[in-house]
Amino acid sequence: MEKNINLTLKVWRQADAKAKGKLETYQVDGISVDSSFLEMMDILNEQLINKGEEPVAFDHDCREGICGMCSLYINGRPHGPDDDVTTCQLHMRKFNDGDTVYIEPWRSAGFPVIKDLIVNRNAFDTIIASGGYVSVGTGGVPDANAMPIGKPDADEAMDAASCIGCGACVAACKNGSAMLFVSAKVSQLALLPQGKVEAASRAKNMVAKMDELGFGSCTNTGACEVECPKGVSIANIARLNRQFLSAKFKD
Amino acid sequence: MNLDAKIPQGPLAQKWSNYKNNQKLVNPANKRKLDIIVVGTGLAGASAAASLGELGFNVKNFCIQDSPRRAHSIAAQGGINAAKNYPNDGDSVHRLFYDTIKGGDYRAREANVYRLAEVSNSIIDQCVAQGVPFAREYGGSLDNRSFGGAQVSRTFYAKGQTGQQLLLGAYQALMRQVNEGSVKLYTRTELVEIVLVDGKARGIITRDLVTGKTERHFGHAVVLATGGYGNTFFLSTNAMGSNVSAAIKAFQKGAAFANPCYAQIHPTCIPVHGEFQSKLTLMSESLRNDGRIWVPKKKEDAEAIRNGKKKGADLSEDERDYYLERRYPAFGNLVPRDVASRAAKERCDAGFGVGATGLAVYLDFQSSINRLGEDTIRERYGNLFQMYEKIVDDNPYKEPMMIYPAIHYTMGGVWVNYDLQTTVPGLFCLGEANFSDHGANRLGASALMQGLADGYFVLPYTIQNYLADEIATPRMTGNEKEFVEAEKTIAAKFEKLLAVKGQRSVDSFHKELGLVMWDFVGMARNKKGLEEAIEKIAAIKKEFWANVRVPGTNDGMNIELEKAARLVDFIDMGDLMARDALSREESCGGHFREEYQTEEGEALRQDDKFAYVSCWEYQGDDKAPVLHKEDLVFENVKLIQRNYK
Ligand SMILES: Cc1cc2nc3c(=O)[nH]c(=O)nc-3n(C[C@H](O)[C@H](O)[C@H](O)COP(=O)(O)OP(=O)(O)OC[C@H]3O[C@@H](n4cnc5c(N)ncnc54)[C@H](O)[C@@H]3O)c2cc1C
Ligand code: SF4
Ligand code: FES
Repeated sequence: MEKNINLTLKVWRQADAKAKGKLETYQVDGISVDSSFLEMMDILNEQLINKGEEPVAFDHDCREGICGMCSLYINGRPHGPDDDVTTCQLHMRKFNDGDTVYIEPWRSAGFPVIKDLIVNRNAFDTIIASGGYVSVGTGGVPDANAMPIGKPDADEAMDAASCIGCGACVAACKNGSAMLFVSAKVSQLALLPQGKVEAASRAKNMVAKMDELGFGSCTNTGACEVECPKGVSIANIARLNRQFLSAKFKD
Repeated sequence: MNLDAKIPQGPLAQKWSNYKNNQKLVNPANKRKLDIIVVGTGLAGASAAASLGELGFNVKNFCIQDSPRRAHSIAAQGGINAAKNYPNDGDSVHRLFYDTIKGGDYRAREANVYRLAEVSNSIIDQCVAQGVPFAREYGGSLDNRSFGGAQVSRTFYAKGQTGQQLLLGAYQALMRQVNEGSVKLYTRTELVEIVLVDGKARGIITRDLVTGKTERHFGHAVVLATGGYGNTFFLSTNAMGSNVSAAIKAFQKGAAFANPCYAQIHPTCIPVHGEFQSKLTLMSESLRNDGRIWVPKKKEDAEAIRNGKKKGADLSEDERDYYLERRYPAFGNLVPRDVASRAAKERCDAGFGVGATGLAVYLDFQSSINRLGEDTIRERYGNLFQMYEKIVDDNPYKEPMMIYPAIHYTMGGVWVNYDLQTTVPGLFCLGEANFSDHGANRLGASALMQGLADGYFVLPYTIQNYLADEIATPRMTGNEKEFVEAEKTIAAKFEKLLAVKGQRSVDSFHKELGLVMWDFVGMARNKKGLEEAIEKIAAIKKEFWANVRVPGTNDGMNIELEKAARLVDFIDMGDLMARDALSREESCGGHFREEYQTEEGEALRQDDKFAYVSCWEYQGDDKAPVLHKEDLVFENVKLIQRNYK
């Protein structure tokens, strides 16, 4: 049952933000198809360390598809060749013996490379700080059941809220737009009565911040939705546009 | 060592109100003059930093990930408890308190647990106000489910992503304060030392994980919310970056470490499948509501399954041993985690385990599918089934799932009094990093509750009691000798790690440590094994410093160096766990000493001798720590043997 494969890896190596990077070639053999992609990367790194070389730096933490930390561009696809999964959930059974696998960092003006496969996504935090919340302090709030919320709205808000902030949408977009990410947060909060009050200003501020940080504009290619590991829908972008227009209208 | 828990006077239900009525507060003008360092951005850290910022303190908040939103709390699946009693099924603050004390096998402090139950309701209100999309009923009110064997439905949830949604709520509150300038955020920044001046915590030394540079930070108080130490075992359900370093630094600076041996082993995780494995994946406990756990009745069948000659689904009903239903007819598949985990180990050790390794049991949904239909099961657990299928490549609608226990949560942690202050003045500890509320076993859906209780509703009060006396303390510059010395010591430590230039990778040592922990300090412990573990851990430590290989330098991002520094602390943690487990000559909750069990193999507490919190005091590197005791006094509950039969 246990099956092993051999692979040629072309991995992006870049010493730091300023250095010029390039693809290096590595060979890994006897990889169990039951291992995850990141476990395969662990094996590569163990191999490099044992040879006295520096291991490949890549981001990861939960390894179960929820923290949004992992971020590899594998064979030209953010999070690699499986649908609805993050890189950490990708398994080696998606590859064949003898394959050559290209592994690169997210590429986008908004996400500069820090080292090897690690990029800087602080821009996402800055966008949230510009308005991605309900302005409520700790304490002094009404009882949780005081305001009923219809199940359809609650469910839809939950779907939008499932964004993990990984940035695959930006990496997939030829314009490097962060609209799917921004629209997911704007939608979640606009769908709930608690968030409605600030809906228009939130949309305006977050979009302005996104533009300011060097993300491109959205031309509705839909590439983001295809690569989003959490199935966040581009219907959220349409909702954001409505919020945005209503904010402009009020100005 | 001052182990006064500082429990307020008065009857249990009034203690917290009494405390708040009598505590000292800091006035708004003075708050601006006070700096607070909060380390960690999980549920505990983010909620504390946001709340303290709102109050007007200057907060500096640190995390090792690239964003505060990625703290390990994000991974919690199942839910969060509160005593709202919305379903009108008989819940109350007292009942939540009682269940939590009993669930912890009577090894937690009554007053702390009562306060936790008391503030639980405010947490739900707070999260809803923030826009956390909890599950709702068609009528629009909040939905509750029963979790982990509770007899009432008190668990609030957001699909299988409760931790994520709660953390995003706290993160957003935090980012709002960042925007307003009351909180300054330091991401990819690791605490590497705690600085004491005249016996009080006054700051920390951090290492920038991108540049490798160390920095000195001053605070009138330092708050640690750095999570648990499950990764001592290498394989656990914790995130890869979860680590014990901050807690160990606190310990080395004189903070007592409480109950290190209390670790929770979660019964429903995907079994280990190979040597390359990097972490274990939890399958939510909610699955036990509809799944039935079994192994084959006959050893021959188990063997045939292990060799791939038979499949679980091939076995007829009377060839299956639903051992939890058999042993615990009253609770069946819903017995608490510690009981379920031990029962699985017992069957596998006896030769009835399934899967290629024999270290797995079945979790079977067939009867529920027959009863409720596949669609209902899909609606309830679809995302978990998908996750299982992606990892194991097997269809759980057709073949029973395979599960095995794994290290999941640590109840022990830095000792704190009722104020959440450690034995070091000015050093506070919250969330999973402290020890306070779960005794020897944590019930499902109560860690999220505790993290947010600490951060939103407890610390913002109790820290003022301390800070009220600090308003005259001027800010330090970081050039004081204590800061300079601490930074020097740390720089030397990183150089020392790089200088070993041995033959073995950091991970190879961590895996070795993990195996020792699992074999001797895991689900079943005994005197001989624990003594052996202490020796083995000492040997690993020695070999590590002689033979670890950390490539690269300290002048930039160096992930191996980060891991090596954390492993140094995990090794010390392993030692501490083994010593504590050895000294606790009883079985309670997650701590099972084979010498102390009933005839039926259940945990046997020794209340007359061990109803205390073990508090370990550091004595120096390579010296054995010293044990102190905080006696637990029970005035409101009667200690009984937990009975789930
Ligand atoms: C898979 C899984 C599922 C779970 N499900 C549930 C559930 O359904 N219900 C429930 O109640 N509980 C659950 N738990 C337990 C619960 O999630 C955790 O106990 C809780 O989230 C811990 O929160 P915390 O804020 O204390 O720490 P964490 O969320 O672990 O946060 C630690 C923080 O400290 C930072 N940090 C650590 N070390 C340093 C350092 N040296 N320097 C700087 N920063 C540092 C990290 O960056 C992070 O921000 C689950 C746990 C797991 C593993
Ligand atoms: S919208 Fe999807 S792809 Fe974009 S950050 Fe969120 S989860 Fe990632
Ligand atoms: S490592 Fe957390 S989503 Fe991949």
